[in-house]
Parts: sequence; structure tokens; C-alpha cells
Amino acid sequence: MSTGAEVKTLIIDGHEVSARAGQTILEVAREHNIDIPTLCHLDGLSDVGACRLCVVEIKGNNKLFPACVTTVFEGMEVTTVTERLQKHRKTILELLFAERNHICSVCVSNGHCELQTLGQQQGVTHVPLPYRNPELPVDASHERFTLDHNRCILCTRCVRVCAEIEGAHIWDVMGRGIDSMIISDLHQPWGESACTRCGKCVQVCPTGALFDKSKVGADHPKYPEFLPWLNLMREAQ
Amino acid sequence: MTFEELEQIAEAVRAENAKFDHEINVCMGTGCLSQHSDKLRDELTKAVSAAGKKAFVRRTGCMGLCAAGPLVLVDPEEILYQHVKASDAEAVAASLGGEPIAALQCDLREHFDQQVHVVLENSGHIDPEKIDDYIARDGYQALVKALTEMSPNDVIQQITESGLRGRGGGGYPTGLKWGTVAKAGGDLKYVICNGDEGDPGAFMDRSVLESDPQRVLEGMSIAAYAVGASKGYVYVRAEYPLAVARFTNCLRDARRRGLLGNNICNTPFNFDVEIRLGAGAFVCGEETALIASIEGKRGQPKPRPPYPAVSGLWGKPTLINNVETFANIAPIIRKGGKWFAGMGSERSKGTKVFALTGKITNTGLVEVPMGIKLRDIIEGIGGGVPDGHTFKAVQTGGPSGGCLPAELLDIGVSYDALVKVGAMMGSGGMIVMDDTSCMVNVARFFIEFCMTESCGKCIPCRAGTAQMHTLLTRICNGSGTMADLDLLVDLCATVKETSLCGLGQTAPNPVLSTLKYFRNEYIDHIVHKRCPAGVCNIDTSAAAQNPLEVLA
Repeated sequence: MSTGAEVKTLIIDGHEVSARAGQTILEVAREHNIDIPTLCHLDGLSDVGACRLCVVEIKGNNKLFPACVTTVFEGMEVTTVTERLQKHRKTILELLFAERNHICSVCVSNGHCELQTLGQQQGVTHVPLPYRNPELPVDASHERFTLDHNRCILCTRCVRVCAEIEGAHIWDVMGRGIDSMIISDLHQPWGESACTRCGKCVQVCPTGALFDKSKVGADHPKYPEFLPWLNLMREAQ
Repeated sequence: MTFEELEQIAEAVRAENAKFDHEINVCMGTGCLSQHSDKLRDELTKAVSAAGKKAFVRRTGCMGLCAAGPLVLVDPEEILYQHVKASDAEAVAASLGGEPIAALQCDLREHFDQQVHVVLENSGHIDPEKIDDYIARDGYQALVKALTEMSPNDVIQQITESGLRGRGGGGYPTGLKWGTVAKAGGDLKYVICNGDEGDPGAFMDRSVLESDPQRVLEGMSIAAYAVGASKGYVYVRAEYPLAVARFTNCLRDARRRGLLGNNICNTPFNFDVEIRLGAGAFVCGEETALIASIEGKRGQPKPRPPYPAVSGLWGKPTLINNVETFANIAPIIRKGGKWFAGMGSERSKGTKVFALTGKITNTGLVEVPMGIKLRDIIEGIGGGVPDGHTFKAVQTGGPSGGCLPAELLDIGVSYDALVKVGAMMGSGGMIVMDDTSCMVNVARFFIEFCMTESCGKCIPCRAGTAQMHTLLTRICNGSGTMADLDLLVDLCATVKETSLCGLGQTAPNPVLSTLKYFRNEYIDHIVHKRCPAGVCNIDTSAAAQNPLEVLA
């Protein structure tokens, strides 16, 4: 047995690549510039495998595997783009667009929204499913930020960043199924919660669901890249 | 506790019972209790002493034939009375030793003779709240045998040899699962009994917990010994108050008898069990969600691997089995794996308990050997469809299963055969439907169940089932189009293939199976705007309007 990290070799989309044991397919693919679409995954946070956009095919198995939580094994043959996968990814995005009220033209994140970008990449030109048009509230009780449930896709990045990185855990999910909602504390207004006002949740939110009140119109770029850097600095201490 | 001590207890129970000429067993499962069988028992006790008969009135668990409840079984004559009311108590007491009461007698030989009772062998014969009754019927022999005569590996060998597969629905080989947990490292391991039975129309686990709780506990203890666990949890729905009460009582009795706790049977084996109540979420029957729930977290599934066998409850190796799986353990250890493997079909061994409900004459609990034809269960044991209606479909496996038409009634019931035709074994619910059921409406009912029971974590299940429900509602009320049907089929594929857990992956099964076997009913709703069964309220004026279009 070697003392160093064990090396695995595998094939992703026809490219032979090497990886350390324990790495996920997604990590290895991104290291080799192979793009797999993701939404709930964010570098620096734990993975929950919830959005299912990163599903890939593994040769010899008819099931689909989420790349963000599937670890590599020797001789694995992964395919990240097939007709079947593309169809599922498109359907999942359509389901998201039809689930709540995603109206890009009036959204602060128009132009730098991960959901919008993915829609464009995956060729979502229209949504054949019936729109649900739910009536959802907007929580503007916080002095600096706003939570607009209409634009929330329940990726739980805010929940994870608040619990894992900030350590405050003011966000969580309430309700079940289609009625699930992000709540602060025990379903209190955000402004009255124990929020530390660090703003990490706003930066990691992939859509315009969490935004900074001081930004006007569609002028709200987000910088989720701070997270791996922050983790690195913390580890260095 | 040793074999001799068990025998002493059993002898004492037999001596006590021998003082009486007759034993009157009154079913006090949930079904019969809802018809006041508790009052009946009190009246019977009074009537027996008033009549001066030497008879013992015993509370028992489920006798199976819930449709005919409250049930009373008189031993040793083996006379079964059905629909017994408290006012019949005096007549029953008077008839003891004489001619049975013809008006009350239940003559359903066909119902009982085709059954093979392994899991239910004690149900209806023992008082579920008396551990001594259980011991008198060979109870705890298996645990003592395992602890004193077998190594953990021997136990796993026997279970593997028996061919027992998980009775919760997935059908994973139990011996293999035990072996995996036994091999997992770490000094702290857990055993969990999954009693979160949430399928509509299923009540097998509840009945087993209510009728013979000690058997489940014995199975858990043997499992704990085999895999090296020292702590167990029983996860039961809070909606099963009687099961919870009887299991609580069962734990207390087992502790008193030294069959639970430290140094069981004077061996170094320690094991204790706690009850955890579920708040009624269907998804908590999924093992990772169940573990999260026991840990006090939000009950939602996690991606596997890591499997609970490696990293389960609080990150420790955990064995999770269903109530019925644990209930099969004691007889396997007592009689050997070969005996068990002798029953059933090639790849599905042993017996299976089914809850027969819906449009069927003999509603209730049945236990049959695997491989038996569906027709024998429904038409033979179940007594067929009542009131002159014709059989249309049987739904097996709950919301994860499928609807099978009359043409498929001749398939043998086994894990693989059911999956092959688009249904599944599930935990054992069997809902029979006749010509008054609309299959589109049935599919809509099950999708509605999955939609409201989805945890909301992954998108395909959360939003997909909601969209499927919308589309099915359109079809049911007559406003659906053929384009909606295509969309529905596409959604089924995405939800089935991309959902995170088993709930989502199997949620489209009721739709897919009804589409496969009853497509004409969908076409009738969409094209001809009529519901063949006359169930759906098709509004022709609404059907004429175009569905509302919203532009993005």
C-alpha cells in the first residue's frame, strides 16, 4: 500500500483523466474543464444532491448518478452529455421555471442569474408545463437585504452557508413538498431574527431570491467565489 | 435465562391454562377494537363466571379477518364466531361445551386453509401484553439458542441460507445486509426497526406490532447479536397508539425477564431498545430520512452511498429492517434457514403478509407463501369482489406500486415478478378495485399522495409530482388534451430517473401502470370527454374552454 493518496484513473466523455480516491465526479470533471451543470452545488459548501441537474451516466449501469456526490472508482466510464441527460436537465429547469414566479425582466439578478444562465445553456426556449403562479410573500423586514420567495428555487445554499460557514443557522426549510419554504429562525421576519448581517447567503443565492436592498434594478452581481477562498484562509490559520 | 427457565415459564402458563375447560380468545386488534371488542371481552368475562363455566377469556391480537370483526375464537374446539356483539356474550358463554351458535359461526375454511402462518403464527392465540404467553409458544428459544449455541457468523449464515429478503418493499437480501453491518468497523452500532408504515391501505406492520410485539423484539435482539450492536430503536408512527402502547409494555416485560438489557442470558451481550415516534411523514419510511428523523432532524433523505450499513445513525454503522423482516427471524433461527428456504418461489423465499383492502369480500390480513398466484389471494382467500361487481384491477405496493389488470392475475407473487409487470411488492398493501373505480382518478389519488408526502428536497419529486397532479386533474375534469398526456409521460420519465430517493423514483408507477394497462380510460377522458366508471365529474363547459395560457 502506498502512503500517499490513492490515484484512480477513469474516463469522462472519452477523455482519460486521473483523480484522487474519494473525489467526486464533479470535482474531477471541473479540474479537467469538463462542464457539468449544477445548481445546488457550490464550492465550499457540503453537497446535498438535491437539484439533480448534475446527473451523469456511468457505463454498465442504467441508473443516473448525481456527479456532485458520486465518488470515482477505478476504470469508471462517465458520460456527461447524452440525449437522455439533456432531456432530463431541460425538464428539471422547466419544472423550476413553472414552480414559482420567475420573471427575468423585473428581477435584480437579470443577466447574472444562475438559473437564467442554465436555461440559456440548456436551450430552454419556452416552458410547456402549466405555470403554477403561486402567491408568495416577500420578506423585506431586514435592514439590508430582501428575501423574495417568488424567485427561490430551494437549493438550500443559504441554509448551508449560514449553518456551516457563518455558524448562525438562522435559515432552514419549513413545510413539505411543493409547499416548502425557506424561513428565518422559527418562521419570524428576517429583520427580527438572530441574523448576523454577514450577507453570505445573499452572495451564494443563485437567483434574485436574496438580494441587497442598496442595489437597484438589474445591477446585482454576486460573488460566490469568496467561499473557497474564505475556507482556505480559515484552514491556514 | 436458559432453555430450562424458558421451559419452566412455559410449563407454568400451560398449567394455568389447564385449569380451564375452554379458552375464549377475543380479537383486540385495532379493527375489532373499533367495534368495541374491549366491551365484549368484559361482558364475556362476566357472562362466563355468571354461567359458572370454567373458561378463560383472553385478549389477543389480530385474527386476520377484519371484515368479520369483532372475532371470537373458542379453543380447544376451534370455533370462530364473527360479528360478535357485547349482547351476544351470554349466548356464547351458555354454548360452551355444547352446540356452537350457528348464527354467529364463521365458516371460512377456504380463507384460512390456503394461508401459511409464520409471522402471524401467534397472532390471535396469545395475549400480546403477556410475555409468558409468547414464551409458552416457543418464544425466546431462538434468542437463547443464538446467544448460547451460535456465533454471530452462524446466525448470519442461517439468515443468508434462508433466502429472506427485506419485507419493507425493496427486497434486499437480509443476510447480505446483516453481513455488511457485521463487517463494518467501530465499536458502536445500531439496529433500527422500521415501523413507519405509511402506504394507504397497508396495516401489516401495525398488526404485527399489536399482536406479537415480543417476536419483533426477539428478531431485533438476534440481529443485534449478529451484527454486534448494543442499541436499538423502534421507529413507529404516532398514529399507531395501540402498537406503541403494546410495544412499550413488551420492552418493560422483556427487561424484567432479563431478555433485554445487560448480560442477556448470562452472556456478555448487552442490548437495549428505545421507541421513537414518527410524526406521520411517509418519506420517513425511507431509511436515510428515518435516520434523520431519529436524530431529531428534518425527515428528508440523503444521497446514498454512504449506506446506513457503513454510516447511519449518528454516523455509526446501522442495520435497518422492517417490522415483518424482524418478525421472520425467530422462526428461522429456531427451525433453521433450510426450513424457511423450503417455502416460497425460487428467488423469493418464505411467506408474506398482505393487507387486503378495497372492493373485496374478506378485508383483512392474510399470510401466504411467496409465489402464490394473485388470483388465489384475491378470488380464493379474499373471496372475490362483492355485490356482483366485476374485478378491474389490484394495486400492490402502495403509492410506489402499480395497478394490475385481470389478465395478470395469474402471475405468482414475488419481488421480481411484480417489478417486471410495473408494480412492486411494497410492504404488502393490496387494494382491490372493481368496475366502479376510474383508473385515471386512482392514478390521480396516488400522485396526490406522493405530492403531499414529498419532502421537497429534490426538484423532480417536489415540482414534478405537483405538475403531474395538475395534468391528471385536467384529464379527470375533462379539460385535458393529448398534448397533456404526452407531457405527463415525459414527466414520469424524468421523475422516475432523476429523483433522489425511492419515494420520487417510484412515484410515477401508478401513472405508468394505469397508462400501460388502462390507456383507453385516459383516451375516454381526453377525447370522448366521458368517464367510463362514472366517477369523474366531467364539466363539459369547462372542457370546451381552452386551458389558460400564460406567457413567460
